[in-house]
Amino acid sequence: MPFSGPSRLCAARRLWHYAPVKKPLQTKPQAALFVTCLVDLIRPQVGFASAALIEAAGFEVVVPKGQTCCGQPNYNSGDRRAARSMAERTIEELEPYSHVVVPSGSCAGMIKVHYPSLFDEADALFGKARALADRTEELTVFLARHGYTPSVPLQATRVAYHDSCSGLRELGIHDQPRALLRKLPGLKLLELSEPEVCCGFGGTFCVKYPDISGRMVENKTADITATGADTVAMGDVGCLLNIEGKLRREGRDIRACHVAELLAGTLEPRRGG
Amino acid sequence: MEVESGAFVEKARAALGDATLQHALKHIKHGFVEARANAAARLPDFEAMRDRARDVKAHTIANLADYLEQFEANVTALGGRVHWARDAGEARAIVLAICRNTGARTVTKSKSMVTEEIELNPYLEEHGIEPIETDLGEYIIQLRKEKPSHIIAPVIHLSKDQVADTFHEHHPKHGFHERLTVRSDMVREARSILRQRFVKADVGITGANFLVAETGSAVVVTNEGNADLTASLPDTHIVVTGIEKLVPTLDDCHLMLRLLPRSATGQDITAYISFFTGPKRAADLSGPSSFHVVLLDNGRSNMMGTEFEEMLRCIRCGACLNHCPVYANIGGHAYGSVYPGPMGAVLTPSLAGIDKAGHLPNASSFCGRCEEVCPVRIPLPRMMRHWREREFERHLTPRGARWGLHAWAVIAASPTVYRAMQWTTSRLLRLVAWRGWIRRLPLAGAGWTGQRDMRPPSGDSFQRQWRKRGGRR
Repeated sequence: MPFSGPSRLCAARRLWHYAPVKKPLQTKPQAALFVTCLVDLIRPQVGFASAALIEAAGFEVVVPKGQTCCGQPNYNSGDRRAARSMAERTIEELEPYSHVVVPSGSCAGMIKVHYPSLFDEADALFGKARALADRTEELTVFLARHGYTPSVPLQATRVAYHDSCSGLRELGIHDQPRALLRKLPGLKLLELSEPEVCCGFGGTFCVKYPDISGRMVENKTADITATGADTVAMGDVGCLLNIEGKLRREGRDIRACHVAELLAGTLEPRRGG
Repeated sequence: MEVESGAFVEKARAALGDATLQHALKHIKHGFVEARANAAARLPDFEAMRDRARDVKAHTIANLADYLEQFEANVTALGGRVHWARDAGEARAIVLAICRNTGARTVTKSKSMVTEEIELNPYLEEHGIEPIETDLGEYIIQLRKEKPSHIIAPVIHLSKDQVADTFHEHHPKHGFHERLTVRSDMVREARSILRQRFVKADVGITGANFLVAETGSAVVVTNEGNADLTASLPDTHIVVTGIEKLVPTLDDCHLMLRLLPRSATGQDITAYISFFTGPKRAADLSGPSSFHVVLLDNGRSNMMGTEFEEMLRCIRCGACLNHCPVYANIGGHAYGSVYPGPMGAVLTPSLAGIDKAGHLPNASSFCGRCEEVCPVRIPLPRMMRHWREREFERHLTPRGARWGLHAWAVIAASPTVYRAMQWTTSRLLRLVAWRGWIRRLPLAGAGWTGQRDMRPPSGDSFQRQWRKRGGRR
């Protein structure tokens, strides 16, 4: 069990050697990890960190193999028909699982808040969408409910937390990730001066209106820098890519990571440059 | 209603580079956002009041025809007159006809967004009647020949220095030659000029924050008292407002009056709240002898029964503008509509057509803060999304974006295709990275790398790695 106690292996090695338990105990309940397309493609390590955390919370992790995208890009761009068929696929794919965990406030919000609105109340899929919404949880909400015991070496000391808008406003995620981070001994949690202001990612918004999005993330990185943090943690890879990319472009020596990476202790060591 | 949202991207870029504007916009955070939060915190009942206000407005809109008739009957019984205007043209013609009947040459106006919507001022000028804006902010932009950039703070885009220059340029003809720079001095000078205009005006035009059906009253809130002078000194008072401003009773109106200033400026109450109820009575010493209410539809009734109906609850407090991260960075003029920000993004296409207002419902990151602060809980992001749906249905979405969305839908429909796509993209991104970062991407990616770097994927997709490690699927 890779996360049963403090390890002397460096984080990257541990991540590499991490393998899910192949023959789980029959008593363990199953949780499906809906990994989201951004994590899947750009930050696979967030998926592994999430899997490790769900497992440590006492669940057997299953990654349903037919999962693709929740449909949010199409939904928010007005392509409701495509969004509905993508939702339909996802609903069917996740049908067998009594727990669905999503390491993203935005994708979890899509499933929990918006899926039901895509179907007529008379439609059989409406009921299924509602049921899936009830079974789905964002990762930090899931962990806050099912337990999280820190058993990892501390990888950052001064951590600012960035709230993603969907998580904060659609799902009310505010205290959970902060409470989880506070469990890491020695970690000092810092608050931004404007935590409720959007970082400027906004899905397709950031490429449709790059100038405005660029200014929004510039304001955000300035706020992060002012806290004196060495690391900024958050629950959405969309915000993460945006903030991390801006910090890097500005030449700031602040790491950005998904909150799961800090909680699982799988954060990559700092790179030079 | 004139809408120039086609140049939104260019105007937004210019606004971002305008140092004076950027400095002026910084006032929003302290002046509005923090003020509203403090005002809301002072009132334990605030959230419950928002629920009640939402319900009152929803009920009114659902029964609008009845309340409009009740309002008209009460105004008529008081000796006033209600005029119905289907569109901007009719509203302008009605106002002009009333002015002509009184032989008016000058008209004082208190702040009214509806008269901006119908572009009343240029119309009156064309017909030889001089409109004089008496709200200090509106007065300044009238001198500068600009449009308001905020629905409650029309000159939020200007610095004190710019206003000083404007006064210095226009006030010598009134006998003021010094360039004043102390705020209170500048206000005193403008006030002394406006006092003369108030006294000499033939007609006063106000808007209305609320119309009360049970009393036939038009209610106006100001911090300058200019609405009272506009309405009371001339012999004719014309209220020009939209049909959705109605509330059934005085109690409902009081509920709204507790929410409006708190949401708008963070004030518990504005300096002046005026109830205009019919013309002067026989025993009254002063007041207008004729009282008109021009009720404008201009596309509002078309919103009823649609997914945009809830927008008719709007009380024009401006909280959604103040809390919008897009508005806060570019100001109101970039939107090219008299109604900017989130409420404008929903209302403008409803009134002027989505083909004219294309960018407005799109220029939002859907952060949801507007809905969070709306005193009547209008689901603004949801309605912006509905406008994007209408655009998509009518093929108004840019072709590149349409193709991208179609392609993504096809990819996401098949896990095999999706996995192949993820594999290819992952490889490509890792290929173009240099020293661990991607600094430049083509096509849509250029929007990203123009502003920030991108870290390439650390390896193959999660699902692929998971499968390789024998993870359960």
